[in-house]
Amino acid sequence: MKLTGSKILLECLKREGVEIVFGYPGGQMLPTFDALYDYKGFRFILTRHEQGAAHAADGYARATGKVGVCLATSGPGATNLVTGIANAFMDSIPIVAITGQVPTALIGNDAFQEADITGITRPITKHNYLVKEVKDLARIVREAFYIASTGRPGPVLIDLPKDVQVGETEFIWPEETKLRSYNPKYSGHPGQIKRAAKLIMEAKKPILYVGGGVILSGASLELLELAEKIGCPVTWTLMGIGGFPSTHKQSLGMLGMHGTAYANHSIMDADLIIALGARFDDRVTGRLDVFAPNARVIHVDIDPSSISKNVHVDVPIVGDLRQVLVELLQHIKCPPSISDWLKHVEALKRKYPLGYKDKNKILPQYVIQQIDELTKGEAIICTEVGQHQMWAAQWYNYLKPRTFISSGGLGTMGFGFPASIGAKLGRPEKIVFDIAGDGSIQMNIQELGTCVANKINVKVAILNNGYLGMVRQWQELFYKKRYSYTPISSPDFVKLAESYGAVGIRVTKKEEVRPAIEKAIKTDNTVFIDFHVEGEENVFPMVPAGEAINNIIGGLA
Amino acid sequence: MKHTISVLVENKFGVLARVAGLFSARGYNIASLAVSETLDPNTSYMTIVVEAKDELVLEQINKQLNKLIDVITVTDFTKKENIDRELVLAKIKYSPKDKPKIEAILDKFVGKIIAYKDDTAIIEAVGNQQQIKLLLEELNKFGIKELARTGKLVISS
Repeated sequence: MKLTGSKILLECLKREGVEIVFGYPGGQMLPTFDALYDYKGFRFILTRHEQGAAHAADGYARATGKVGVCLATSGPGATNLVTGIANAFMDSIPIVAITGQVPTALIGNDAFQEADITGITRPITKHNYLVKEVKDLARIVREAFYIASTGRPGPVLIDLPKDVQVGETEFIWPEETKLRSYNPKYSGHPGQIKRAAKLIMEAKKPILYVGGGVILSGASLELLELAEKIGCPVTWTLMGIGGFPSTHKQSLGMLGMHGTAYANHSIMDADLIIALGARFDDRVTGRLDVFAPNARVIHVDIDPSSISKNVHVDVPIVGDLRQVLVELLQHIKCPPSISDWLKHVEALKRKYPLGYKDKNKILPQYVIQQIDELTKGEAIICTEVGQHQMWAAQWYNYLKPRTFISSGGLGTMGFGFPASIGAKLGRPEKIVFDIAGDGSIQMNIQELGTCVANKINVKVAILNNGYLGMVRQWQELFYKKRYSYTPISSPDFVKLAESYGAVGIRVTKKEEVRPAIEKAIKTDNTVFIDFHVEGEENVFPMVPAGEAINNIIGGLA
Repeated sequence: MKHTISVLVENKFGVLARVAGLFSARGYNIASLAVSETLDPNTSYMTIVVEAKDELVLEQINKQLNKLIDVITVTDFTKKENIDRELVLAKIKYSPKDKPKIEAILDKFVGKIIAYKDDTAIIEAVGNQQQIKLLLEELNKFGIKELARTGKLVISS
């Protein structure tokens, strides 16, 4: 049967198992939106900005492990997706972004709402396509989902000119996808795995350093088994949060710039770093030439270009983390003798505890602890970017993968709120919080409209300190308190929420914190809680940029 | 140090931009680039010469090239035995009295005069990078008015 390009697109999305598409219409997408008008194959969520659609697709992908899909028109619609695509790219999140394009005959003519979106997104997508003929469309959609979700996942963009949407062809669903030049390697090299096992069994001071790969490959159970078999401490990156239960006795929490002091000291003192699905990012290693000077490194990653990029690796293993761990576990015959090391790590934990000086004011850390207690660590926590993000990483006890959703690599303010929409739609049984700052929430606040119109029940905890807090903190510490454009005003968030038809709660006293969170959880609506927190509280511990990660300032110790 | 990298790619639009983008994103200038179809019209062969100060960056570029969906194989010829050649076309100032001198130079290299027009002659020559460099120095004594080069081509030996 002959179908139009638009109908083929929808049929392909349905066959790929797509449940929800986030998007926004526009002139060059009219044929596809016409096909969507009475389409029942999946749910379409109209966001209030294309950037919101891209982040919502990203949040959906992070919460569910499935591919997120967003759709926008040509030109400004497409360029508004760019930040969301770059964000997904940096954190290896599988999304498929579909954009309208001017008719093929007009491409390159500076036509109305024309932008070379494949050119623009080339360095921020895993791959992208300009569909020039409708007969290629089904194959391209199939390839896009395959590429986005396999190997090291990432965003794929499909640019769809209007005439291709209108054009008709015989619809043939390609049963399988084969690309001769793209064959992700999943099983690790057996010799390297044996070498890694040997190093582990001989280690005196091993540490597990875990990144987002553990979440992406679904390796949490294998990680737990490995950690308990070795008996060594476990630390993780921002992206690795939730991959290992933070209440576990071997847990050291997050490491790096705002990691726990004991995690940073431990990795610096280690003689073996077992890096799993992490990429030795500069926020983790600090000054590279003095990072973990006595450690040998085992590095498991699906992406060969991550290995030996920043630090020298002794045993590289390219493969899917879960598969590699299953193999590795079989080769670790006996745990290493590390009792002295564990005593040392325990001493570091006692010497440098994570803490804050309590006051009779609302401290942001306190708010997050209360959210943790009242949701029993089982909510999905999304964040924006800044101080609140680091506090959310430090003070909530994540127990399971895919419960912490945050912009790690790109550091995108305005990510959390639309991401929470995607997360809630993907995991409706979960309580979903967006922990936000007063600056960040104003970047995509228009998505309140999306929430209310679609009855998406997310809770937004605004830690309102009147500043762009993280930049203010740096100005306080490194720029002589010259608060250049970091004080920021906000609307009345309660009235704003109410004007959209959501619920707003203002909290100005410490004793109101818990009741407000309880009320928000019980309310069957989107809730904005405006916590008026201490204005100049800082995120500690902190490693100044470019310093060794055991050169830590602030905190209790 | 100059590195020569060959990349076998799918013969599709946009592939060259993807490949070139990996160099430009790191502020690396491509010294020469030769692209053409292979025996299989679905694939193209690119020969890229790049000046890389940092070997680690080059290793990273190689890995990133391998990650591109349309890249089939990447070969770094820097440490591989190979034969390289480049073809140049040069338009030089010419008067009949110079002919013996020019022909003497061209005899030393693999070159010949392929056309004359007014007071110019067009020369075609093939050689490795060193030979081409020397040839151009010699020819420039007469005055090179225009120059077109294919860029370096390599094949493993």
